[in-house]
Amino acid sequence: MSTAHPSLPRRSRLDPEPVARRDFLGLAALWSAAAALGFAALGALRLPKAAVLPSPSKKFRVHLPESLAPGEAYVPPGRSVALFKGADGVFAISTVCTHLGCIVKPTPHGFDCPCHGSRFAPDGSVVRGPAPAPLPWLAVTSAGGGSVIVDEGASVPPGTKVAV
Amino acid sequence: MSARSSDDGLARLWANLRAAPRRLRETMFRSGPPVSDRARSSFIFGNVFLHLHPARVHRWSLRWATTWGLGMIALSAFLVTLVTGVLLMFYYKPYPDVAYESIKNIHFVVPTGRFMRNIHRWAAHVMVIAVLAHMARVFFTAAYRRPREFNWLIGMGLLVTTLGLSFSGYLLPWDQLAYWAITIGANIAQSPREITDALGITASFDPGGLQKLLLLGSDEVGEEALIRFYLFHVMLLPLILVALLAVHFWRIRKDGGLARPADAEARLGPPHPATYPVFTEAPQKTYHLAAVVRGRTPAVGNGPEGTVPAMPHLLYGELALFMLTVGICLVLSVLFDAPLKELANPAVPENPAKAPWYFLGLQELVSFSAFMGGIGIPTMVLIGLGLIPYLDREEAGTGEWFGGPGGGALVGRAAVFGLTTAVALEALAIHFGWLRQWWPEVPQLLITAFNPGTVLTAIYAAYSLWLVRRHNSTRAGALGLFTCFLAGFVVLTVIGTYFRGPNWEFYWSPTHWPGH
Ligand code: HEM
Ligand code: FES
Repeated sequence: MSTAHPSLPRRSRLDPEPVARRDFLGLAALWSAAAALGFAALGALRLPKAAVLPSPSKKFRVHLPESLAPGEAYVPPGRSVALFKGADGVFAISTVCTHLGCIVKPTPHGFDCPCHGSRFAPDGSVVRGPAPAPLPWLAVTSAGGGSVIVDEGASVPPGTKVAV
Repeated sequence: MSARSSDDGLARLWANLRAAPRRLRETMFRSGPPVSDRARSSFIFGNVFLHLHPARVHRWSLRWATTWGLGMIALSAFLVTLVTGVLLMFYYKPYPDVAYESIKNIHFVVPTGRFMRNIHRWAAHVMVIAVLAHMARVFFTAAYRRPREFNWLIGMGLLVTTLGLSFSGYLLPWDQLAYWAITIGANIAQSPREITDALGITASFDPGGLQKLLLLGSDEVGEEALIRFYLFHVMLLPLILVALLAVHFWRIRKDGGLARPADAEARLGPPHPATYPVFTEAPQKTYHLAAVVRGRTPAVGNGPEGTVPAMPHLLYGELALFMLTVGICLVLSVLFDAPLKELANPAVPENPAKAPWYFLGLQELVSFSAFMGGIGIPTMVLIGLGLIPYLDREEAGTGEWFGGPGGGALVGRAAVFGLTTAVALEALAIHFGWLRQWWPEVPQLLITAFNPGTVLTAIYAAYSLWLVRRHNSTRAGALGLFTCFLAGFVVLTVIGTYFRGPNWEFYWSPTHWPGH
């Protein structure tokens, strides 16, 4: 009974018959399961992308020391910002290296990064090293009484100074 | 009920009680003591943990020079980190500052804590070294070839997972080293911005920012980052590693054991006279499974004469390697303490801030261009490695050290070439600087595309293409490329480790660092 039906090609035991290719229901089930799992995975992957950043507020108020000489940097404790006071006003430059985020150190001739040797001019532009962009200038607003509010989250065009 | 029969019951109970230990043993090891080859085989395939082994292994696989035991050393080191890691978890608390305190407690207060921490740390290093060396041996013996291509890819997954495990573990102590290494790592994840910024499209298309956000759960390294790295380190990555390992080992068996030369039998000579034939008569049976299995697997008509029982030959070798690895870790842990710097201080970077040593080559590349060094070149290397088995379809030299056209001499020349080019380029960049020192206005994209790292990669690629032409063989090119990359990796790592000081400046020795 299992041997040759005249209309069927003869197959050996080692050459199993092909699975019907147009098993429509089977394929539909397979693809809908795959699609459902795929979408579920996408939805689940949305979870690790934080919607609210837990980092502290980027705005802070500082009182500049009276003794701050022009060209000398003042770094408020715990902040990654260097503040300068000139004849024409106050400005703030971020001290987060644009290369890979180390904290640069203000020096008499600009800023030095300890991590991969980037150097920046006093106005934040790159002098040497791998940093791809200048240090950003940060938004400063006068709060009266010799103190200012710095917003680490907002950058302004280099050269922007604020009278206090 | 007579008194007699109740006596019987008690006597039987007593006899059964006395027989219980023996019966426990018998039911545990059903095949009895492994005194015959048959019992030894069933010792292996009757045990859920051992049955990943074949019952018999080829004599070629057991030669030291075939594997140098490197895969097994990597596995042993992983098992050691697993055990010691679970122990550390008894005290470790993944919260900023508290984490540092808990590591200090482990180091100074917890009984055997310092020892366990040392073992964990050094075993992790041993594992990285062993994995790299194992990969090199697989490559140089051309063991990635058909039918083992896919296992090579699984191996690359293992390599990446191993590095990920070490890197995520590096953050957990929350000391200065940890904090700044992770800051740099997270910003490498963000470095596609180097390109999107230069093109001015970051506002609408920012894969770098997304990667960093996913990694840190925030825009800076803080409590969210620590808990994520903790999750990766103790849960996700170990699970991935174990899953990949299961596939890795399974495939070794399904691919017919370890790769060996076609004439392995002849090279090994006749088997030891004491080996008795597996089948006294050549088997005539064909197996049902043979209808499904393709290729050379079923041995019909002859017994597996080149093989010996895995128990004891393979298992004792593995045990010896395991003990060797444990021994190495113990000795290192007695001699050296795992480092712990000061508490992390987000305002003052460690200077120099160095990643673990196997990432210092990368850090060197990153000091030319963040994107190319941290993502571009590593991706190219990984793609190149993954393509090797699919491009090299040759057969000559499989299972032999430096097998293939050119052989050991070619590898030697490629090593010299790779070392000198890397040293020369580094010397050039250290001595004369690079584009920005020469033309300060140079556009960033030009530096990204053209820096010592990319130039080195291009030179290596050109050299290996030339080898392909010269020897008329893809394997020759692959040998050259792999050797060059290994040489470049060594040069960059050595420079990053020993010759870079504060501000990533070049120093001949740490004693010349300012402040010393
Ligand atoms: C956690 C990391 C790894 C472990 C524990 C591991 C373990 C092993 C073991 C025990 C073997 C048996 C032979 C030997 O010891 O050499 C083996 C073989 C093999 N491994 Fe790995 N391995 C790892 C990573 C890798 C990597 C990074 C690659 C390559 C990219 C790789 C590719 C291979 C291949 C192709 C074989 C078969 C070799 C042959 O047939 O001769 N493995 N592995
Ligand atoms: S982080 Fe400043 S140079 Fe790399």
